Formats: sequence, structure tokens, C-alpha cells
Amino acid sequence: MKERLIKVYQGFGLPRLIISAFLLVLILVAAGTELSVAGLLSDSLVRIGQNGIYVLAMVPSIQAGVGLNFGLPVGVIAGMVGVLVAMENSLLGFGGFIVALLVAIPLGIIAGYLYSLLLNRVVGQEMMVGTYVGFSVVAGMCIFWLMAPFKNPALIWPVGGQGLRVTLTLSDTFGGTLNKFLPFQIFGLSIPTGLLLFYAFLAFLLWLFLRSKPGVAMEVVGRNPRFAVAAGLNINAYRSLGVVLSTVLAAIGYVVYAQSFGFAQLYNGPLMTAFPAVAAVLIGGASTSQAKVVNAIIGVVLFQTLLTVAMPVTNVLIEGNISEIARVIVSNAMILYALTRVTGGEQA
Amino acid sequence: MSVPVLEMKNISKSFYGTQVLKNIDLRVAKGEIHCLVGENGAGKSTLMNILFGMSVITNTGGYDGQILINGEHVAFNSPKAAIEAGIGMVHQEFMLLPGFTVTENIKLNREDTKPNLFSKIFGKKLETLDRKKMSADARTALDKLGMNIEEWVTVEGLPVGYLQFVEIAREIDKEGLQLLVLDEPTAVLTESEAEQFLEVIRRLADTGISILFITHRLDEVMAVADNITILKDGELVRSGPTESFTIAQIAELMVGRRIDTSARIGGERPKAATEKVLEIRDLHVDMPGERLRGIDLDVYKGEILGIGGLAGHGKIALANGIMGLYQSVGQVRYEGTDLPLNSPREALNRGLAFVSEDRRGVGLVLEDTIANNIVLTSMQVQDKFLKPGPLKLKDQKKITQHALESIERFDIRCTGPDQIVRRLSGGNQQKVCIARAFTQNPKLFFVSEPTRGIDVGAKARVLELIVELNRMGATVVITSSELAELRSISDRIAIIYEGKLSGVLAPDAPDLEYGLLMAGKSLEEVGVSEGTAN
Repeated sequence: MKERLIKVYQGFGLPRLIISAFLLVLILVAAGTELSVAGLLSDSLVRIGQNGIYVLAMVPSIQAGVGLNFGLPVGVIAGMVGVLVAMENSLLGFGGFIVALLVAIPLGIIAGYLYSLLLNRVVGQEMMVGTYVGFSVVAGMCIFWLMAPFKNPALIWPVGGQGLRVTLTLSDTFGGTLNKFLPFQIFGLSIPTGLLLFYAFLAFLLWLFLRSKPGVAMEVVGRNPRFAVAAGLNINAYRSLGVVLSTVLAAIGYVVYAQSFGFAQLYNGPLMTAFPAVAAVLIGGASTSQAKVVNAIIGVVLFQTLLTVAMPVTNVLIEGNISEIARVIVSNAMILYALTRVTGGEQA
Repeated sequence: MSVPVLEMKNISKSFYGTQVLKNIDLRVAKGEIHCLVGENGAGKSTLMNILFGMSVITNTGGYDGQILINGEHVAFNSPKAAIEAGIGMVHQEFMLLPGFTVTENIKLNREDTKPNLFSKIFGKKLETLDRKKMSADARTALDKLGMNIEEWVTVEGLPVGYLQFVEIAREIDKEGLQLLVLDEPTAVLTESEAEQFLEVIRRLADTGISILFITHRLDEVMAVADNITILKDGELVRSGPTESFTIAQIAELMVGRRIDTSARIGGERPKAATEKVLEIRDLHVDMPGERLRGIDLDVYKGEILGIGGLAGHGKIALANGIMGLYQSVGQVRYEGTDLPLNSPREALNRGLAFVSEDRRGVGLVLEDTIANNIVLTSMQVQDKFLKPGPLKLKDQKKITQHALESIERFDIRCTGPDQIVRRLSGGNQQKVCIARAFTQNPKLFFVSEPTRGIDVGAKARVLELIVELNRMGATVVITSSELAELRSISDRIAIIYEGKLSGVLAPDAPDLEYGLLMAGKSLEEVGVSEGTAN
């Protein structure tokens, strides 16, 4: 029994234990104020489901040896185009959601493949290059959003008749499709069943893939490329596979995010999407060279809950509205902490 | 005889209880070229580290014995002290700044300066560089070497051969240089560059600088050395003037048998069949530092073929080339049909398996478990250890079971199949590599340096395993730097010299014949007949 406990503890890791303890303290403090703990936790669940797929997207790129996918916006933008196509045609509910996915996934595959061709030429620098690819793609797409041939008056600027608006609302089309699927209340918590189920489904698919022959091959390529060559594996093909999977997950992640959030923010909206996802997977116990699905799940739960709970609590404790500052400090401090702990696994 | 520039007396050194040098004596006179030869691991580098007071020596309890420079006792505790005493060193790897000019590299950290206004106020650190004097000095040093490159060009982009000369120019520019140590300087040079290099060395020696020359190329030794010292296994085998040696003798003394070769592992084997399983024709392999330049060799079905030769001559490249890990050209026929080169997948599909000499780099996924390391190649190449069904999911149960069997069979000392391979000792890591090859059920099995870096007990076990695999029907090609090891298990031994086949010998052939082949002499040429050995 004792041994099993030790094993569970070692698998979980000290950092996650500390973060969990901190989270618990925050929730206890929140309970002592006028804040609604149930409300905070409900918000956390929504944010977990909303951001979870971005964090899952980190796993295949890490496993393929490309490192953390800082170029997440590449996939996010593919997802964005999907969402826009569905909105342009005023598709409602699940229809809109599925059309958005059907457009986003092929675009994600193409964009991910092109992106992987670049990454295969900058071996060792993927994370740095990826960061700037992400920034560049976002900037380049700003031009596209202005010239894009969308005609639906709900999407474009009221004057001039061309160019997409900065913020679009999905509440009239397919906003909340997943969140409002079979929701229920328990102990005052509202559970976004559809959102969480969809997330769990994708996590399961990814878990299955990582246990399949190509998944194992991808992992070998990531861990020791020279061994992989000696085992007859095509390194670049598997690296591309990892990047494509990551990009497609990001595209799906955006469609899910947008329907849950209720708004699509174009232009500079996706600029920073990679960073919270990176922080979450690292906090979940992954390293830049090794990640499991369970790391992504633990990571997003801890990171998003912490963010959701920490902000209102600090606002109550410290007079004045510093929520935005607190959010920036907390999230970036966590990224910084996580990046210094790149060893992951047992040591992190 | 005058007082020697360098005298090392009774030098001994052990690392953590393992004696690596035993009572070595070395004398180098003024203007003498002294060659230090020996196989890898003979103790040459350790001896030079002692001379230079490197921290690897001082941090591990120092050494025994005495060093005298010009008859005076010295004990350097840092390379800086050695350099101040007039000892220069040119390393195998270049220590030059690519973006700097030749002059700047030669004068690095010893720049000539002249005072200016600021330096008068703020001190010497702010003095201006005296570029004129620096250039002139650099020119003088280069001229001494007979080098006609311009001193103002940047080092970046110069041919490799020139870099070596720049390094030497830097050393001879230092005032009071008495002894220059050259650590395998010609290893990276082409033949003509090496020739020019030897000429420069001779010229330097004529100016009164003593030279200690470490090399693997024996013809160079004969061409340039005044005296030769041969080390083997940390002991001085023989030392004397060059005239008293022949090239074959040196080779023989370097590699001579260390253990009784009559102790054949696995006893006598049935006579090998005469069916050729692998025919290699004019194979060139571009493996840096171990180039193969056109080799013809046949491997017979069911035999154990040993591949030997001195370091840097290309023996390692044979297996790597056939397995497709390094760029190769030539023709390889396997079981009667052509084996496509440069395709590891093809080689694996045809039933070849390889245990790499680079165990930690190529042979293992260090961060992965023992179980995964054993099954990975078979899973990817032969679709073993997968659950039935279109998803091709890995079958963890089968994997664990196979790993447990392998651990038992190969005597892998570990905590279980889930232990991370990095944590295992070298010997146990090697057993994991061999278990992986076994799992592939290979018909032709290449194994390179199977006992490098592993302890004695594990060595014997690893060799036994290779013989066992052979008994099960696999043809084995084993490459090793340890001749004794090759002789203990091989049926035939091929010796590689300068990227070509020097000859094929029986395991019980005399040491002298091995020495000759390793030195690139053919047996007929020297007229060796049976029984002249030892």
C-alpha cells in the first residue's frame, strides 16, 4: 500500500502537488469571501474544455522531437477560416459546428504540412522558429482578413462592404453548441457536458494513436533520431506527422474554443494562443522532449483552474481592480517556471 | 649527451584504482622528433594530460613519477604553467576562431599593444593593438613554416590542412617554445597535405625545437621520427631509434596479443559452408574519420567473420555502410540479389541486423525502457508485438513477456523491463542491444565493438551471446579494435588498411602477419612464410 502511494506520488510529481495545494488554499480563501466557489469551479470547467485541445496539440509535436509547438497560431487560423465559412453561410447549431470542422481540418493538414517542411530544415531551432512563424502568420492573415471575399453583413465592416470585423459574435449561429449539449447541474456546479465529452474523445483518440505502430515510431524519432534511422524509419516523415497532428488539433481546438467563448477575435486575436498551452503542458509534467496525454490533461486542469480562481480572489483580497495585471503575472510566471523545468517527468 | 629537453621518469597513473599508466619513461632531446605510438586506450592521451597538468589528472589524485624540463624538476598544476615553461600543444580538434584573421588567431590573448591617451589614464587594458607588429610576427611564424597564405585572411573557409599550420604558427610564435606536442595532427589531412606537414615538422626540428608526435600512421613515423616509443595497455613496450624498427614490428608491438588466443569461446565450430551469403564489390563508404575506399570481400554462410585494423582505417565503416547509415557507393549482393545501398529499411527488411559501435548514440533510445528498446526495431520493421486489427496498436502484454524472457536469457541486470536504459551499466546496455538484434531473428548479423567500455565479466558473456546467435544459424560479421577478441571467436579475420582490404587471416595466424597487414604490407611482399612469427 505504502509503495503504491509512493509510486502514485512520484508519477504525479512534487510541482503538481504544490500547485494543487496552492489551488486548494485559494479555493478555501474564496470560500471565506463573498465569492461563489461553485461559480468559480463552473467557470474553470468551461475554460478547461475550451483550452484543453490546444494543450493536447502540444503532445504530438513534443513526441515527434519538434518540441513545444509555438507555431500553434498556424492551426488556429485554419480553425478560424472554418468558423468564418460556417458563419458566412449562417449555419446554425451542430450543422455550423461540423461544417467549421470540415473546413478547418483539411486546411490544418495543408498548413501543418507546409509548416513542418520549414521545421524539418531548422532542426534544433524549431521552438524559436515556430514562435516567429506563429507571429508572422498572424500578421500576414491581418491582410487577408481585410481582403477576404466574405459577404455576410454580419461579418464585414458596415461601411465599405469589404474587410472582416475585429470581433464577431457567434451567439446567433453556433455559439455554445457543445456547451449546451446535455448540460446538468450538480452541487451548484453547471457541467458543460458536450464540451467535456468532445475533449475527452479527442484525448482518447490521441492516446490510442500514441500506442499504435506509427505513434511509437514517431516517439522513437523524437527521442533518438539516429536510432530511428538505424531502425529504418524516415525521420522527416514522422516529424511532419507530429507537426500536422499538432496543427490539426489546434484547428479543431479553435472551433471548439470559439463556440464556447461565443466570439471570434480576428486580426491579432490568435497572437498569443501558444503560450498558455505551452505553460499548461509543462506544468502537467511534460518536458520539451517527452509528453503524454495525461500531462496535457493534468496541465490544463491545474493551469486553467488556477487562473480562473486566482484572479477574483486577488481582486477581493487586494483593493482595486488589478485582475488583468494579476492574470498576466500569474500566467507568465507559470510559463517561466515551466520553461525552467524543461527536464519534465521525474525531475520536474 | 646533453641534458634532454623533456624527461619523464617512472610515470604511473591510476583512475579510481584502475592502473592506466605503469612506469613510463620518455626522453626527448633538443631538436629531436620523437614519435609516440599506440592503439586507442594505450595511454598516450593520459601521458600528455600529465605533462600538461590537465585538471583530469590533478582532480583524480595526480600521478607518480617525475618530470624534468632541461634537467629541472617540474610539476605543472595547470596547462598555463606548462605553456609558460615552453611546451606547446597542437590538438586534434582545431582551437581557432573562424571569424578572426590568421594574425588575430596566432596572437590571440597575447596581442602586442602600444599606449594611447586612454590607456595612460585608465591603465594597460585600454592600450591600442599594435597591428603592424602583430602582422609582422605572424608573417615570420608563417614563413618559418613555409606557408604562403596571407596573414590577414580570416580563418573561416581556409582548407583544413591550413588550419593545422595556423595552429602550429601560433605555438611557434610563443617565445621560448622548446617542445611542441602534436596530437594526431595528420588524421584530418589529405595525403599531400600530410607530406607537406611532415616537411614542416622536420624544418622546425632543425631550428632546435623538440617535437613529440602522436600518430596512428606508421609510415609517417618511419619517415620523420628520430626515436620511437611504443605504448600498449599503459605500459612501455619498447623505445629506441627509428632504425631499430621495421614498420611491421611496430604494428606487431602495438597490437600484440594480450590474452591467450587458444581460449576460443564456444570451442571449435563445424567447418563453415562455402556458400556466399554476402558479396561486397568495390564498396566506398563516406564515414568521417573511418572512410572505406573500395573494398572487395565475401562473407560465407554460417561463419563468424572478424573485421580488424587500426583506428581510422575504415573497419567501422563496413557495417555502417552496408546497413545504410552512411553514404556509400559500390555493389553489395546479399543471398544472390543486389542489396540497395543507403537504405536502412531495405537492409532490415532483408533480414540484416546491426549492433552499432555507438551504443549510446545509435544503439539505444536511452530515455526509453528496456522492454521498448528490445522490441522497437522488430515492431517497426516486422510488425511484431502488435495487436491484430487495423489500428496496429502495440501489444504491451506481449512486449513485457518478451522483455522478461530476454532479461532472463541474456542475464541483463536490472530492476525490471520498465527500467530506463540510461541507468544500466555499459555491459547491460550492450546486452539490451544484442537482445534487440536477437528479437529480429537476423540471418546476417553485424556487430561493431561489442565489448567497448564494458567490464571483463560482461565481455565474456557478450562474446558468448554472439557465438550463440551464430549457432542458431545467423552469419556474424564482428568488427573490433581488440584483435584478441576477434581471434577468440572468429573463423576468419579480415584486416582493413587505409580503407581497403589488406588481407584475410586465420584466427591462429602469427602476430607478425597481423602486424604486417595492419601496417599495409602484403604478406607476399615481405616474404613471410609460415613459422617465422615470434
